[in-house]
Amino acid sequence: MSDIAVRVEDVSKLYQIGKRARHDTLRDLISEKMSDPFQRRGSSGAEESLWALRDVSVEVEHGEVLGLIGSNGAGKSTLLKILSRITEPTSGRVEIRGRLGSLLEVGTGFDPELTGRENVYLNGAILGMKRSEIRRRFDEIVEFSEVERFIDTPVKRYSSGMHMRLAFAVAAHLEPDILVVDEVLAVGDASFQRKCLGKMGNVAQTGRTVLFVSHNMLAMEDLCDRVVWLRDGCVAEEGPSGTVVSNYLQGSFSADTEQVWEDPATAPGTDDVRLRRACVRPEDGTLQSPITVRTPFVMEFEYWILRPDVHLSPSIALYNEQGIVVFTSGPAFDPEGSERSHPAGLYRHTCRVPGDLLNDGMYQAALYIGSNGRTVLQQDNILVFDVRDAIEMRHGWHGKWNGVVRPMLDWSTEFVEAEPSPASRPESRRHWEVPQ
Amino acid sequence: MSPEKQLAERLPSVVADRLRSQAADLPTTVIQPTHGWAPVNLRDLAQFREVLYFLVWSELKVRYKQTVLGAAWAIIHPVAIMLVFTIFFGLVVRVPTGDIPYPVFVFSGIVVWTYFSGALNQSSNSLVQYERLITKVYFPRLLIPVASIIAGLVDFAIAFMVLIGMTIFFGFMPTAAVFALPLLMLLAATIALAVSLWLSALNVQYRDVKLLIPVLVQVWFFATPIIYPSSLVPDRWHTLYELVNPMVGVVNGFRWALLGAGEPPGMILVVSALMALVLLVSGLYYFRRMERIFADVV
Ligand SMILES: Nc1ncnc2c1ncn2[C@@H]1O[C@H](COP(=O)(O)OP(=O)(O)O)[C@@H](O)[C@H]1O
Ligand SMILES: [Mg+2]
Repeated sequence: MSDIAVRVEDVSKLYQIGKRARHDTLRDLISEKMSDPFQRRGSSGAEESLWALRDVSVEVEHGEVLGLIGSNGAGKSTLLKILSRITEPTSGRVEIRGRLGSLLEVGTGFDPELTGRENVYLNGAILGMKRSEIRRRFDEIVEFSEVERFIDTPVKRYSSGMHMRLAFAVAAHLEPDILVVDEVLAVGDASFQRKCLGKMGNVAQTGRTVLFVSHNMLAMEDLCDRVVWLRDGCVAEEGPSGTVVSNYLQGSFSADTEQVWEDPATAPGTDDVRLRRACVRPEDGTLQSPITVRTPFVMEFEYWILRPDVHLSPSIALYNEQGIVVFTSGPAFDPEGSERSHPAGLYRHTCRVPGDLLNDGMYQAALYIGSNGRTVLQQDNILVFDVRDAIEMRHGWHGKWNGVVRPMLDWSTEFVEAEPSPASRPESRRHWEVPQ
Repeated sequence: MSPEKQLAERLPSVVADRLRSQAADLPTTVIQPTHGWAPVNLRDLAQFREVLYFLVWSELKVRYKQTVLGAAWAIIHPVAIMLVFTIFFGLVVRVPTGDIPYPVFVFSGIVVWTYFSGALNQSSNSLVQYERLITKVYFPRLLIPVASIIAGLVDFAIAFMVLIGMTIFFGFMPTAAVFALPLLMLLAATIALAVSLWLSALNVQYRDVKLLIPVLVQVWFFATPIIYPSSLVPDRWHTLYELVNPMVGVVNGFRWALLGAGEPPGMILVVSALMALVLLVSGLYYFRRMERIFADVV
């Protein structure tokens, strides 16, 4: 008996796209055949088809949790759809041992006209289960999904959150041998997300196999034994989750952490000042090293001052994903940097940001250069970078930590006294009383 | 009985249980591209028969729960048509229908036709309608048009009751020929399924097929002896008429079985049945061929 649950061998998927790849109407088909009756099939050209997957081979063992990561359009959903038999591969072979249940993107295999209850049974039937088996798990499903009150309402009246909750509950509780989940964390509230991730962990612990896609890299690192990184339909890397996730994150953001303008004539600026270079990196790392919420990092800005004796003062603003200014800062207290006359030449400002200050997320820095109270140069998005979460900080919680900043503040906890002694009780009681 | 003996008796069953659980190996599914024409996967269909039940149930629910009059439509619709035709063709134009009063004549045809055209319409559009399911879970897509054909039988049964009432009212006595009715309905269902397999698969790929279906149904209606007896068709066209349209045999057979009208159908039904079979098998192959791309294009 082999212990491989899913074996994907050289699977490729070609999608037909573009206008002429398929005839949308019979009229198109007829008029095209009339105008060019000898047209050969397949002569339509390469740009009208797209390889969503190319020679992908993956093996998943029984009881393993495998994560799939990759940017949008990398082919993750396509692979899961092939495993779920929604779409056929163009070439290659897949072998699945055991019952496979899947939850693909938003809204699953629900018939909108049927009630929640009927859809639970429908999905069980699709999984090949007997009614008695489904009945045994029904209460559990309803309880997990938190839709008791609407279980006899057609699902077309469900909100997308309710839909999602029931869908996940069905997929996870009908106990398929292999559970396939595509980006469930994209919708639903934080507490439900946490519940889902917890449930997926449980599913894995009972020896079943889980394959899932998520953009939540923390969840990936925490839950998965192994991660496969898909890039443009090919397996870019596969291995232990920590390594692959970290390589993926570096690969996806390094492009914006440095900008260089070689030629002062075309660089952004004025007759007085021209930008030369900007970069962001961990204080003791290279441009390629990741920045986490714990790492101190530096932003460097270099520019030419082209005329002597101009008065210049730089400053930066750091924006988070929501476009909120996290802080603005300038070298006001640096005697070399503050506004005074400088001789012509190349200057470099280095701004050090301590660790344990920013929350995780994407940031963009804007550079302003002022002269005599006016802004003479403004460069938005001069740096775009990701501050990653540090997994050791999370204690099993995968949701977003609330707040614009995430400082490490001093907390202290003291032991004050044991069980209040009878003598001191009236006093301490008063102390805890809440004002009415 | 001594404990040893008990154990000795139980032991073989314990071992057998263990062996059985090892032998009850997980089912293996192999997914590979299918090339060219593939036959229907009967094992797949059997495995998913429970899904068929829910699909039929869903169709019926939409049909009866979401209209004010619900199941009454199954009666109102054919009766209204019967009245209109009776006034125009029975009273005004006076279409000759032999011994059979025009209302019974036309209603018997309409009941069969309403089932046939409804099933055809419904199942031709069913794949597009079930897009949500098709793109999210796997089950044999063939079950979808089949469910529409089966669901239509409920409407038919209701209208058929009215028809029975009417034959009794007009004094027709049932003969042994009524046992042919289920076979005739099976033939009608087969033709409807066969045609809708073609149309539903085409409909997924070519969006204007949807517009073609009502036209086809309309033409087919007039090409079938529902409001007129087939004896009105000129003799030299008669053979062609019966051979091209398999529904001619079904409707005439239906009237013969229920009302004892005309000749018992013979060869013509055999030809119709063969034609239905050819349409069905080719439809199944075409459907299976297109099934592969349904989820990609809907
Ligand atoms: N039904 C379809 N028809 C044509 N192209 C498709 C279809 N589904 C997906 N694609 C294309 O295939 C590629 C991979 O898509 P997908 O698997 O959804 O990526 P991911 O889930 O990794 O974001 C994308 O470029 C997408 O546009
Ligand atoms: Mg996707």
